[in-house]
Amino acid sequence: MSSAPCLRLEHVSFRYAEHLILDDVNLSVAGRELISIVGPNGGGKTTLLRLILGLLQPTAGRVRLFGAPPAQTRCRVGYMPQHPQFDPHFPVTAREVVLMGRVERRRFGPYRRADLEAALAALADMQIADLASAPFQTLSGGQRQRVLIARALACEPDLLLLDEPTANVDLAAETKLFEILQTLNRRMAILIVSHDLGFVSRVVSTVVCVNRRVVVHPTSEITGEIIAEIYGSDLRMVRHDHRCSAEGHRHA
Amino acid sequence: MLDFLAAVRDPDLPFLRYALAAGALASVAFGVLGSYVVVRRIGYLAGAIAHSVLAGIGAALYLQHARGLAWCSPIAGALASGLLAAVAIGLVSRYARQREDTVIGAIWSVGMAVGLLFLAKTPGYIDAMSYLFGSILMVGRRDLLNVAALDALVVGVAALSYNRLLAVSFDEEFSALRGLRVTAYYLLLLCLTAVAVVLLMRVVGLVLVIALLTLPAAIAGQFARRLWQMMVLASALCLLCTAAGIGFSYRYDLPTGPTIILLAGAGYLLVLCAGHLRRRSPR
Repeated sequence: MSSAPCLRLEHVSFRYAEHLILDDVNLSVAGRELISIVGPNGGGKTTLLRLILGLLQPTAGRVRLFGAPPAQTRCRVGYMPQHPQFDPHFPVTAREVVLMGRVERRRFGPYRRADLEAALAALADMQIADLASAPFQTLSGGQRQRVLIARALACEPDLLLLDEPTANVDLAAETKLFEILQTLNRRMAILIVSHDLGFVSRVVSTVVCVNRRVVVHPTSEITGEIIAEIYGSDLRMVRHDHRCSAEGHRHA
Repeated sequence: MLDFLAAVRDPDLPFLRYALAAGALASVAFGVLGSYVVVRRIGYLAGAIAHSVLAGIGAALYLQHARGLAWCSPIAGALASGLLAAVAIGLVSRYARQREDTVIGAIWSVGMAVGLLFLAKTPGYIDAMSYLFGSILMVGRRDLLNVAALDALVVGVAALSYNRLLAVSFDEEFSALRGLRVTAYYLLLLCLTAVAVVLLMRVVGLVLVIALLTLPAAIAGQFARRLWQMMVLASALCLLCTAAGIGFSYRYDLPTGPTIILLAGAGYLLVLCAGHLRRRSPR
């Protein structure tokens, strides 16, 4: 089980109406990796994420999450959405939000003690245990994001999927967040989606560039030239001259 | 005030006691469901459900009086059409990608049109106004038992499913990813709303009931830090509005439904203004 990749995309394409959003994507994520998915807005990052979660079905190819179709195994993924759709004045505390990561464990009645303890542990992991009783609506953007990551952790996931975790967060908070993620990475694989290449810090092992096509780079190879290629107009350069295997490179 | 308290105790005026009791019982269901309706922003859907309930009332009265089906009571008809409308509106809002508002608006008025046509063809004099705008004279002992039973059902289901309804209301996509059947919970919420509407249709009427569902909860939402606090506060406010509304309407000889709704509306306006002033003033 542990040797099987937790995520595998094989020749995945996705077409929305006339538009080809993702084209022949191959990607494989083993356990305990910390991977960053980068690319310009509109490049297909969100689509890739929704395919991984089984919220979208690929037009061609196959997505396997823990060796099965995502709809069957996505309960093992802890997901933090970029734009949660909730009402900004929703009367709920941070701890109640985190407990929602365990909502499927009990059909009726109150949460069990084990669930409450897991929620507090997740808040402690994110170093915001003191905010447990705070109303969610009074928290800052960065604090809310940490609560939502704690909610994903409360699922006790094998794969943590974070959509833009550093949007609206200053540099100090971003550095802090990365230290936390590095610690969490000992327990689970982590996949971070970001439009911001600055986020690709030294702790990320692999960078996956998404712009219709997907290219896998080891972090050490990211240079100014490559960044220009990813975000610039001449994307074919990346596609043809720098094609990697589905597994990407490994660091020595 | 003393007049009113004396009138409540007057054995010749049982309807006042029944109306007060119905208001008190229904307040619990209204506070609980109103809070869900407000935080999920489905007040418009709840309004459509409330209005289309008239179709069931009209059909039931017609079958009762013109076809001699004695068991076909208005409350049974109201429940049936309310649940039907809740499911239809829920599915339309969920799956009809376009023109959702058009379809819901159509269900809203077609439901009323059906009800009014049935009422027109029902022999004897039936006052549609009393269903649309409420009439506490129509509240009887039987109604009270129905209200109590439905109230227990609504509050029981909502309390048992509190955690799941909270999660689904807060973030539906995340709940779906956790394996919850979010569409089923959405329909459950709309069906419970339909039942709640039926609870107070006699006292405040179908047209006005939606304000009593949403306004106390909206006021409570300004103060509550957690959803259950919002529910408790909304229930208390709903009770206050109905009791005071019945009292005022008796004292000044006003129609009860509109009086209750005006009190709720005035309270909401007051809280909004106070909140606005508090935010503008330096701390």
